[in-house]
Amino acid sequence: MDVHSDYQPVMGLEIHTQLATNSKIFCSCPARPSGSMTVAEVGANEYCCEVCAGHPGTLPVLNEQVVELAIRAGLALNCKINLDSVFSRKNYFYPDLPKGYQISQFDKPICSDGYVDITTSTGTKRIRVERIHVEEDAGKNLHFGEFSLVNLNRAGVPLIEIVSRPDIRSPEEASAYMKAVYDLVTAVKVCDGNLQEGNFRCDANVSVMKKGSDTYGTRAEIKNVNSFRFVEQAVTYEIERQIGVIESGGKVVLETRQYDSAKGVTVSLRSKEEAHDYRFFPEPDLLPLHLTEAQIERIKASLPELPHARKIRYESELGLSSYDASVLMENAQWVELFEGALKLAGQNGKSYAKTFTNFITGEISRIEKELGVSIAATALKTHHLVEVAEMLDQKLISASVAKQLVPEVCASGSSFKALAESKGLIQVNDQAALDKAIEQVLKQCPEQVLEFRAGKEKLLGFLVGQAMKAMQGKANPAMLQELLKSRLKQQ
Amino acid sequence: MRHLSIQELHQDYNNGVTTPSQVVEGYLGSIRKSHHNAYISVLEKRVREQAIRADLELKKTGKVPSDRLPLFGVPMAYKDLLTVKGERTTAASKMLENYIPPYTATCIARLEEAGALGLGKVNLDEFAMGGSNENSAFGPVDHPTHAGFTPGGSSGGSATAVGADLCHASLGSDTGGSIRLPAHFCGIVGFKPSYGRISRHGVIAFASSLDQVGPMTKSVYDAALLTEVMAGEDIKDSAMIAGQSPKFTQDLFKQGIDLRGVRVGVPKEYWGDGLDPDMSRVLRERLKQIKEAGATLVEVSLPHTKYSVSVYYLVAVSEASSNLSRMDGMRFGVRPAQADMASSLEEQYQISRSLFGSEVKRRILLGTFALSSGYYDAYYKRACQVRRLIAQDFDSVFTKCDVLVGAISATPAFKRTEKEQDPLKLYLNDILTIPANLAGLPALSLPVGTIRSEKLPIGLHVIAPRERDESLLQFAQSLETLFQNASQLGRK
Repeated sequence: MDVHSDYQPVMGLEIHTQLATNSKIFCSCPARPSGSMTVAEVGANEYCCEVCAGHPGTLPVLNEQVVELAIRAGLALNCKINLDSVFSRKNYFYPDLPKGYQISQFDKPICSDGYVDITTSTGTKRIRVERIHVEEDAGKNLHFGEFSLVNLNRAGVPLIEIVSRPDIRSPEEASAYMKAVYDLVTAVKVCDGNLQEGNFRCDANVSVMKKGSDTYGTRAEIKNVNSFRFVEQAVTYEIERQIGVIESGGKVVLETRQYDSAKGVTVSLRSKEEAHDYRFFPEPDLLPLHLTEAQIERIKASLPELPHARKIRYESELGLSSYDASVLMENAQWVELFEGALKLAGQNGKSYAKTFTNFITGEISRIEKELGVSIAATALKTHHLVEVAEMLDQKLISASVAKQLVPEVCASGSSFKALAESKGLIQVNDQAALDKAIEQVLKQCPEQVLEFRAGKEKLLGFLVGQAMKAMQGKANPAMLQELLKSRLKQQ
Repeated sequence: MRHLSIQELHQDYNNGVTTPSQVVEGYLGSIRKSHHNAYISVLEKRVREQAIRADLELKKTGKVPSDRLPLFGVPMAYKDLLTVKGERTTAASKMLENYIPPYTATCIARLEEAGALGLGKVNLDEFAMGGSNENSAFGPVDHPTHAGFTPGGSSGGSATAVGADLCHASLGSDTGGSIRLPAHFCGIVGFKPSYGRISRHGVIAFASSLDQVGPMTKSVYDAALLTEVMAGEDIKDSAMIAGQSPKFTQDLFKQGIDLRGVRVGVPKEYWGDGLDPDMSRVLRERLKQIKEAGATLVEVSLPHTKYSVSVYYLVAVSEASSNLSRMDGMRFGVRPAQADMASSLEEQYQISRSLFGSEVKRRILLGTFALSSGYYDAYYKRACQVRRLIAQDFDSVFTKCDVLVGAISATPAFKRTEKEQDPLKLYLNDILTIPANLAGLPALSLPVGTIRSEKLPIGLHVIAPRERDESLLQFAQSLETLFQNASQLGRK
């Protein structure tokens, strides 16, 4: 008997999201490199001043953009935005924490009581969000064998921590929830969403209990998981480990663990008995944060359409299939291109929507993979997409010609039409010209014509191919096939 | 050639009697000769450069540009808890004996932008924790006029520097009385403005919700002028009083000594039996003069005063335990050589943090305990609740009177090490100064004479409603004039 079916995993995630602000949370140092520079390229302690280095006598001053972004996140996650929230000090000693305490929010967070709907293979489910609070990131210790150094570039970078209720019941749900939150916070531009840079990472609290029990088991916390795949793997391993411990007569202990993605296992970091008493108390250097309804309304009005609402619109208004809408929405740049093309196409937008989608998820996806860059980095722009949809609609080119031209459009930015014309690839829709080619084929291939008429209908493809060849591949294929078929039936 | 006020100093500059450099050299000479141990660091090179620039300015126009530079050529001393860029700032602790801040405190920057000259950094109780300036890693400070006596603390160096003519005026900081107590002991004016009046940026934090910088001077006018220059919003401190700060000097001489219509509250808790009888007698004489000048005396009560020491020593030590965490020998604080040999991070912290003095250690331990899980509600949280009651006491008495007057402390200055070594008894010394900090009120110690044959100076405590610093200064100046006119001030 499978012991797993006796156990119910229970999980909650704490997601740390770096806010996409220009400056740090309590000083004017840059929060992240600008342009194409990566975090690793910034010199150690270059983004650092007396405030984020925690010099004696310095004071925090709250960055207003942080408040705005935290509210945006709260609204996107259907939270209640608390008009009064309080910053607190979380006290602990560690070399990467210059002040000896982290400024965070404790008993009065900025957002609470939200939810996120997720879709998995078993359907749709609501995961409740307990709270979202604002805090500062710590620096980074760098170890060099004999000694260690601290880089404070990250110290004071603003974060929000999104804490779910223990509503997650399977590894698939854990991954789907992390992805759903990711989609939301990137859609409302709260976070850059760069997973490699650690912009978005989570701690997973995992426990198991006997099915039918109403008491949660002892949990372990898996720290700093930074991908949707890893979270699924990590909690899968952890669930099995905990079941194994219980089945072999042991007890799960309250502890902090780390996921080793190379080995696919979680390993113990420290037991919670060694845990700190953080001695939270209200931060006396910052006044309580008071928000107004008007401020929240203004931010609400500035929010873009959220993924859930967008998907409904794509399906019901634009007639995309649920699958097509999902594939399109996986990529924010695709959505941007799609929305731009819809707008540019004006009245025709709605009728081109399916074509846009097919072209993006087919041709554009393919060229992105071939070139190894995103479409935004190429010369193919919104107006090209509209143009190609028009040409396909008017049957000026075939889908295969369009596909053939994509690499050149991406490279040069010239129009599909100009390229198709210069290469003589504009489709021939003229019946007289097609008829002429058909007559020519009938003459050239009398045997095949006879066999077809005798019932070997498979030969239609061959004959169409011959006619297309006679037209140098420029014939409208559907029209050509239709005409040939009726001509053959005439005897 | 010592000046009682900035106005007198400016007159001498205008009349060509002296120059900024001459005044600075005079002070530097006095500091060299002094045995008070008031200064921890003398900023000789820096202040000479400032003085030479002032000389040139004065030479150019022949007149003090007092509109643009109201503190032109005023030599000052700064409590060594305030940062000056590139100059060692120790907080009188071994922990920071090598600390060179990369920035200047807003209060000092504003003074110097207004023309003040920075003579140096003066002694204090380590991290401002103490009331007799005996908790300094740089040794105790002597009383300006009574050798062997304490100048009080924690701004003891600031008080002695003014009282012994080692600077024209100084800056102190007041968390539970640290400006007012030494001003009372040393016979000078010590003003603690409302909480949030002067930026705390660059004030090494002791207890963030209580700390306030203020001037220590020879006259109320100077205190008002220095406050006027330092006060007002600072982008680097978000817990300040919002809006434009009043021009404190503007109304100072309007009222004269006419106190008619002023309702002066006399809280019975500030005039109790525990007061030194000689001191009490002089203070009561002053009260009589205030009444004779037309003021109405109103008997009032601040019933929660008795809890103020308990509340203070929970709130202040809790905040301090957190504020001082950064002094861990890692980012800040001296790291002794043996800390590098430590076998663990914990041990490394232990070795480094043993450099704190015993009073600082005691308060960090108390604060850590008070914030611990399981004790927070009973201690820190409860203390914050009672703190609100203490503030409400003031709100209610200020509906019946405009200002309060009373004693600063139960005794005048005492001989060093004469006091109880029991810290609890020392803490009780602060019971009359702490409530103003807990409620964020402006409060001032005004010198009102001397007592006994040894002529120990004493001060009168004046407290006004929150953010009414200008009323407080105006009233204090009326009293100053009143008592001077009665020629009962023994300091001329």
